[in-house]
Amino acid sequence: MAITEHQQRAYIAAQAADARFNVELQTEDMTLNIGPQHPATHGTLRVVARLDGEQVVRADVVCGYMHRGYEKLAEVRTYPQITTLINRIDWLSSFANEVPFILAAEKLMEVEAPPRAQYIRTILFEMARIANITLFIGEMGVQLGAITPAFYAFRDREHVLNQIEAVTGGRFHPNFDRIGGLKDDLPRGWIDETKAVMVRIRGYCDELEELLMGNEIFERRSRGIGVIPAEVGLSYGVSGANIRASGVDWDIRRDEPSPLAWKDLDWRVWTHTDGDSFARYWVRLQETREATKMVDQMLDGLPSGSIQAKVPRIIKVPAGEAWVHTDNPLGEMGYYVVSQGGLGPFRCKIRSASFNNVSVLPWLLRGLYVPDVITVLASLYFILGDIDR
Amino acid sequence: MPEIPGFVKGLGVTFRTMLKPAVTVQYPREKEAPPVRARGVIALHQENCTVCMLCARSCPDWCIYIEGHKEKAPPRRAGGRPRSVNELDRFDIDYALCMYCGICVDVCPFDALFWSPEYEYSEERIADLLHDKEKLSEWMETVPEAPPLEVGAEAGKK
Amino acid sequence: MHAVADLHLAYWQLTSIKVLVILAVIPAAALTFGYVFLMKTMAHMQSRLGPMEPGGFHGWYQLVGDGIKFIQKEDIIPTAADRAIFALAPTVVLVSTFLLFVVIPAGPRLVVQDLDVGIFFALAVSSLSVIGVLMAGWSSANKYSLLGALRAAGQLIAYELPLALGVIGVVVEAGTMSLQGIVRFQQEGNIFGWHGIGDPFILTQGIGFVLFLMAAQAELTQTPFDMPLAESELVAGYTTEYTGFRFLFFYMAETATAFGLAAIAATLFLGGWAVPWVHGTMADVLGPFILGAKIMAVAFLIYWIRFTYPRFREDQLQAIAWKYLIPVSLANILLTGVLKVAF
Repeated sequence: MAITEHQQRAYIAAQAADARFNVELQTEDMTLNIGPQHPATHGTLRVVARLDGEQVVRADVVCGYMHRGYEKLAEVRTYPQITTLINRIDWLSSFANEVPFILAAEKLMEVEAPPRAQYIRTILFEMARIANITLFIGEMGVQLGAITPAFYAFRDREHVLNQIEAVTGGRFHPNFDRIGGLKDDLPRGWIDETKAVMVRIRGYCDELEELLMGNEIFERRSRGIGVIPAEVGLSYGVSGANIRASGVDWDIRRDEPSPLAWKDLDWRVWTHTDGDSFARYWVRLQETREATKMVDQMLDGLPSGSIQAKVPRIIKVPAGEAWVHTDNPLGEMGYYVVSQGGLGPFRCKIRSASFNNVSVLPWLLRGLYVPDVITVLASLYFILGDIDR
Repeated sequence: MPEIPGFVKGLGVTFRTMLKPAVTVQYPREKEAPPVRARGVIALHQENCTVCMLCARSCPDWCIYIEGHKEKAPPRRAGGRPRSVNELDRFDIDYALCMYCGICVDVCPFDALFWSPEYEYSEERIADLLHDKEKLSEWMETVPEAPPLEVGAEAGKK
Repeated sequence: MHAVADLHLAYWQLTSIKVLVILAVIPAAALTFGYVFLMKTMAHMQSRLGPMEPGGFHGWYQLVGDGIKFIQKEDIIPTAADRAIFALAPTVVLVSTFLLFVVIPAGPRLVVQDLDVGIFFALAVSSLSVIGVLMAGWSSANKYSLLGALRAAGQLIAYELPLALGVIGVVVEAGTMSLQGIVRFQQEGNIFGWHGIGDPFILTQGIGFVLFLMAAQAELTQTPFDMPLAESELVAGYTTEYTGFRFLFFYMAETATAFGLAAIAATLFLGGWAVPWVHGTMADVLGPFILGAKIMAVAFLIYWIRFTYPRFREDQLQAIAWKYLIPVSLANILLTGVLKVAF
């Protein structure tokens, strides 16, 4: 029997309805912008993520919202002025930013700072590390929902900042390093006060270990999340505690010669094998404790003497190129200074730690759930000023 | 004895913190004293200034505005030439631009600039943050003595 | 209260007085809770002071000022939103909270209506708030709000079960669902013959207490179960499009529900308004204060946990409810039943 036209039309309508239904069911990936204004990113970082439901299919990092043109500024400023400006690259551990630059200039001038200056430089460097990482230890909790540790971080960090202010005059931006040494010597009583502050910081580390790191919820949120294998991390240039948490035993303070005082101290490098977010947190906590012990050793063994070598009043660095890198709190930071004999460098290339640390994110965020993206961003610990310079 | 699980210990931490007094300093009713070297405001000692312009040139922000003129002063010895002396007309520091780096204080060869730990000079208009030389001279009264140095320091530097 | 015994009020007059009392108590309770716990206790746990200036004495006026601020804000409804449902959603959540207080007794005669199915009614009514959440998310015309609302609804529904099952143990032991009956049972009970503190169910139903508290924490979407709200860091929560007094309703509902669930926990497990040696009119006078003290104790636990712990991920949250809390609560019911028959 032939199909009637009515039947034929009904059949076609049913097929069309089916097709419409299938197309409607096919869900598109959703593009989610994390940032640039966002509580989880430390500043104006934008991560553009394509999501399939809850999972990240692809992530791209868009940085540059905070680019301040440091390298261009360095071309038109003198050395003391640049020292002031580069304090503000990684603003939480400001003194640590000055050190590689000053060391590079000293290398070009072939000037060595006296031992007392090197010791105090190292002390302030490690205190900058403590100031920076204590904040991380507290505020990673905030990213994961525990609001209390951040307040403890600020409370105990305040004492470190007070000590830095007592020496340098500035809490956040010390601007204390000079080519050939330091600006000023320590005020009386500083050594004992700082030792007391170090005891306090160790107490803070213990408190946070109980409150946050030992917390089962924290462990479930961070173990196994965001694992960076060592080879991948090294190929992306991840440095600092991030790569040490993946098992790479590499610390510029120990492995490379430096005029600063690390070689005289008895300390160890902390590594962890897992490479996940929990490992990064753990390594940083241990590093903070280690830094307090290093500061104690240096305060005990502080050599006496002058703190500034003989340098001319108006500094002109002879022509040449120098590359100096140090293990800053965020990772490896280095300056490549090209001088043509002027009052300021001809070109200054800044290798900042967070820029490379963040470059691993597109690889790392694939396949993660959205809440885990926050955990990873928090555990990698970048500072926008460091990424964008 | 079985170990106390981590989440119980965490509760202990917050409970103990609750029982201790809070660390907040209720500004402006109570104030913390900044350390002696704190970089609060820059004070000008007018008598020492020779209008050499070193500070204005070395400021990374160019926030120091100096104007001066030459004047003839009487000769030092009788029968000599009259000397020309720089007189300071205008010395303004714009604290809206100042980065508190201290390069100007460091670089002044005549010790005319000093740091003072005063910090309470906020204004309602940005233009009022330009301190002229009278105001900068007033800040001189708040400049403290340099603190004594730690053991092992070489005495008598700057 | 004394007058009530002598005066013969018509039923409608009595009920309307009670309703007015409830309407006054709940915002006041929400304010007090918010101030004491969310502001002062949280502050001291974090080594800081909390509000100190408004009102002079330790900033007691802070939340009152916040409330007035919210009320005078502009009422913005998104153009694409479904106006009626958008306006109704906060009301639904708030009303479900108010209804919770109908059965909570504050004294032997101080209860709006002592229903025979008291606790059943309370649990049923508190789950109405899920509808309000879904209404809010749907009518906001914002896909992130909808996702947040669905997530929140999923969590709330998942934790309804441990909430109810934890209570069944209490009901089995007390033999009645009426809250007054449960209070009386605890007041007149004894522990191996000793009448000193009655028989508060926190001792015999300790597991149920823990279950109820965990489920209450999740019902209030508080850390460690606050992923729907924290998701608002990333994806907007269901209250995004709400401003002004509508947002105030949500906020007030949250603190008032905390008050309500703490009140239920205090009634079920700590003995409510009763202490064994206080009876009669004395109980009518002291009852509210005793209940208030117990509520503060339970609420302290709830908020203490909130301020200390990080939050669970959504799937971990659901796993805890379905894979751990519900089997434990079923085992608890079994155990209670066996022990009740045996002893």
